[in-house]
Amino acid sequence: MAVSEKVIYEYSTPGRGASDQWPAAVPEAALADLPAPLRRRAAPQLPEVGELEAVRHFTRLSQLNFSIDTHFYPLGSCTMKYNPKACNQYAMLPEFLARHPFAPESHGQGFLACMYELQEMLREVTGMQGVALSPMAGAHGEFAGVAMIRAYHRARGDLRRNEIIVPEAAHGTNPASATMCGCVVREIPVDAHGDVELEALRAVVGPATAGIMLTNPSTLGVFERRIEAVARIVHEAGGLLYYDGANLNAILGKVRPGDMGFDVIHMNLHKTFSTPHGGGGPGAGAVGVGARLLPFMPIPVVGKEAEGYRWLTEADLPQSIGRLSAFMGNAGVLLRAYIYMRLLGREGMQRVGEYATLNANYLMKRLQAAGFDAAYPGRRASHEFIITLRRQARELNVTAMDFAKRLLDYGFHAPTTYFPLLVPECLLIEPTETESREVLDAFVTALSQIQKEAEQEPGRVTSAPHTMPVRRLDDVRAARQLDLTWKPTAPP
Amino acid sequence: MAFIPHTSADVAAMLAAIGANSIEELFDEIPQELRTRALEGIPEALNEMQVGRLMSERARADGALMNFIGAGAYEHHIPAAVWAITTRGEFYSAYTPYQAEASQGTLQLIYEFQTMIARLTGMEVANASMYDGASATAEAALMAVRANRKSSSARILVPTTLHPHYRRVATATTHNQGLKLEELPYAAAEGTVAPAALARYEGEDITALVIQQPNFFGRFEDVDALTDWAHARGTLVIAVVNPTSLALLKPPGEWGARGADIAVGEGQPLGVPLSSGGPYFGFMTTRMELVRQMPGRIVGRTLDVAGKSGFTLTLQAREQHIRRAKATSNICTNQGLLMTAATIYLALMGPQGLQRTAAAAHARARELVAGLTRVPGVRQAFAGAHFHEAVLQLDRPVAGVLKGLAARGIAGGFDLSAYYPQLGHALLVCATETKTSADLERYRVALSEVMQAARAA
Repeated sequence: MAVSEKVIYEYSTPGRGASDQWPAAVPEAALADLPAPLRRRAAPQLPEVGELEAVRHFTRLSQLNFSIDTHFYPLGSCTMKYNPKACNQYAMLPEFLARHPFAPESHGQGFLACMYELQEMLREVTGMQGVALSPMAGAHGEFAGVAMIRAYHRARGDLRRNEIIVPEAAHGTNPASATMCGCVVREIPVDAHGDVELEALRAVVGPATAGIMLTNPSTLGVFERRIEAVARIVHEAGGLLYYDGANLNAILGKVRPGDMGFDVIHMNLHKTFSTPHGGGGPGAGAVGVGARLLPFMPIPVVGKEAEGYRWLTEADLPQSIGRLSAFMGNAGVLLRAYIYMRLLGREGMQRVGEYATLNANYLMKRLQAAGFDAAYPGRRASHEFIITLRRQARELNVTAMDFAKRLLDYGFHAPTTYFPLLVPECLLIEPTETESREVLDAFVTALSQIQKEAEQEPGRVTSAPHTMPVRRLDDVRAARQLDLTWKPTAPP
Repeated sequence: MAFIPHTSADVAAMLAAIGANSIEELFDEIPQELRTRALEGIPEALNEMQVGRLMSERARADGALMNFIGAGAYEHHIPAAVWAITTRGEFYSAYTPYQAEASQGTLQLIYEFQTMIARLTGMEVANASMYDGASATAEAALMAVRANRKSSSARILVPTTLHPHYRRVATATTHNQGLKLEELPYAAAEGTVAPAALARYEGEDITALVIQQPNFFGRFEDVDALTDWAHARGTLVIAVVNPTSLALLKPPGEWGARGADIAVGEGQPLGVPLSSGGPYFGFMTTRMELVRQMPGRIVGRTLDVAGKSGFTLTLQAREQHIRRAKATSNICTNQGLLMTAATIYLALMGPQGLQRTAAAAHARARELVAGLTRVPGVRQAFAGAHFHEAVLQLDRPVAGVLKGLAARGIAGGFDLSAYYPQLGHALLVCATETKTSADLERYRVALSEVMQAARAA
């Protein structure tokens, strides 16, 4: 197992290269038409390495990572479930990979059929009227959703509505997306049980309200029980309801955003529909809309006609908020989500929410029994829940960060830490439905063991991790002495 | 159960531990009237064998055209090692590297990517990717408005030689924040930005100028003159570049006397398959002095408590999870896996391989244009050099010709007539190193047949 690996430039030897991968050199005369002032003077500084050197280097780098394929990864709000291999293999069939985005639709009917059926299935599981697939990540879907809300109000001549209401526990992308759409963000508090404070909501809605962005279950890991009242208050004030689909895994097949009264939603296909996270992306943030927002969907959307499938564009949706990607979004990610949904089928889809919830409630109960404090002990967990280590931080001077880092030594990826911000010293834990009871039990054992260490030899925990490729890193130095590209002379 | 390992004994034991009688009971906080009935619109499950068969049939239905389309997505050779490594579970199924100690592989790879992209563009810093070239261009416009403190107009000059979809994405992304994207026309004979078109902006407050090189027509803009023009009046320069071409062309960091301020582009040509349009990735670079205005993730090298070198996400105070409504952008998930592929691709190509790829693509495109313009009724739209694609003008509507070519197994190019009606029956064609002389000849013969058949009809 690799413990460290040189930067690839440190393997570089002038004149070496994977020359088998290169096309034949063309005579310089073939370049004579390129205007001399536009030519590059010196070759770009790229590494010069052989193929095996490169393969070993990148394989070793991969071994420095935790991943779902290698470790339990209970990162709250991220839905790190198994990414079935079949989804990857069949999305990467040669014909799919070779197809140019502007290839004729006559030679894309197989692909377009998958996209059309994906739109239809997503419509069904969310209870919305229309689905557009082009947003490329959750935040991109949020942008599309808020842009549609703005376009809706504008089309009605209601030009004052530029305020978006966001609960204080929301993901950071929610207020950031509202700002990207030129809106003003109004934050509202949640009560001691994790539900939105209705009085605060009533106080903030008005003629400037464009809409509210909600995650349900919320980022606190509990279902917003008064969702119907929230919907009524916002709708009566003339605003629309936005559903952040980050936590859709909790309710898949159990309750649909459309039935809860939401006007627009985004789905993180890289969470609920199991497409890979890829070390940071790609995702896919398909959006679903109710009847009022149908005309404003981002283009392109797949349409079905007598002669086959085709892309609908500006001509078909003249009120669309427009294009959000050069082509049609993350096609290959969408294919993976399609395959996943076909593998699950009707009943499998309903089992997702059930077993995700079973695992989360089981893990929460077992951790409570082991002496840990749940942030909302009187509530059902949704697909995730929060443990607060405030007591350990105060009494033992061992923080949530310390527990998280020590978990790495025990072979578990850490849960989400310090989010949501309003619960102190928190771990947001999302086991997902694809983990077995044995894995959950082992996780409880590890956390209990760390608790014991925190009591008996806290230094062991506060200086963790001890077995990773690196110990804790100096983030302040990283930000102050910026080293963002490799330079020939200076390791720090 | 698909991907759920629980036995009935597990479920019983787990429910007992929870103190619930059924899984159903766990949903008792959801109002009963909201509960979903059966999802009748979802088909019954298929097993993996059945799904494999279905997908293979769908893929076969799409067929395989010989591709001569570019227009922002380019067919290049992809070494087998690129995707063999990229799809390793350790890269494929990892999350964003927030836990640095357990994500050194992804973090170091991003650092290597940032280095390669910075060297290729001649810029000082790069981020860890944007969604695609179009969204990166839109974000660059927003960044320019933040970065150009001397300008208050939020006016951005956008040549019509920039990819038309990039212009539309930029408008859709920025108009709610009050940016004004103003179209700059091109010179009809050359297909490049007309210097005369700039004259009318003398003395006006312009925040930034966008320059695509090579431009959407495959032609070369006079990047030095345009850059110097902009800088002389306090206007920032946003370069939109093709990464393959940079092996041959002057990098944006060297444009004019001072270089471009922000350089972005579509990363797809670097080891990412065409795949009907995605996932691709955008790259974004800038000068060090503007790094705090750049959106997206950035990795830095630092030391651990024992003094060992390691990598971590840095400058996070720009980002949405810290700054919320005041962040530089809402971007969170990016296109990490595609950036991984591109890093491996660039390592395998190296400076020589990339240079040969760019040169071969250029030579093939010249050969293609020379052949196709021998066909009666076909002429080149713009005089002068082009990189690996060029605009042809036909003597009849392009749509019908493309249909005839598709029937002969050829994806003949991108129909410009809806986007540039002033060009008449215009077709954008592309060839890269993947095409042989025989392939180019096959296209010429097919086009000649289609044009002849149309004339006879």
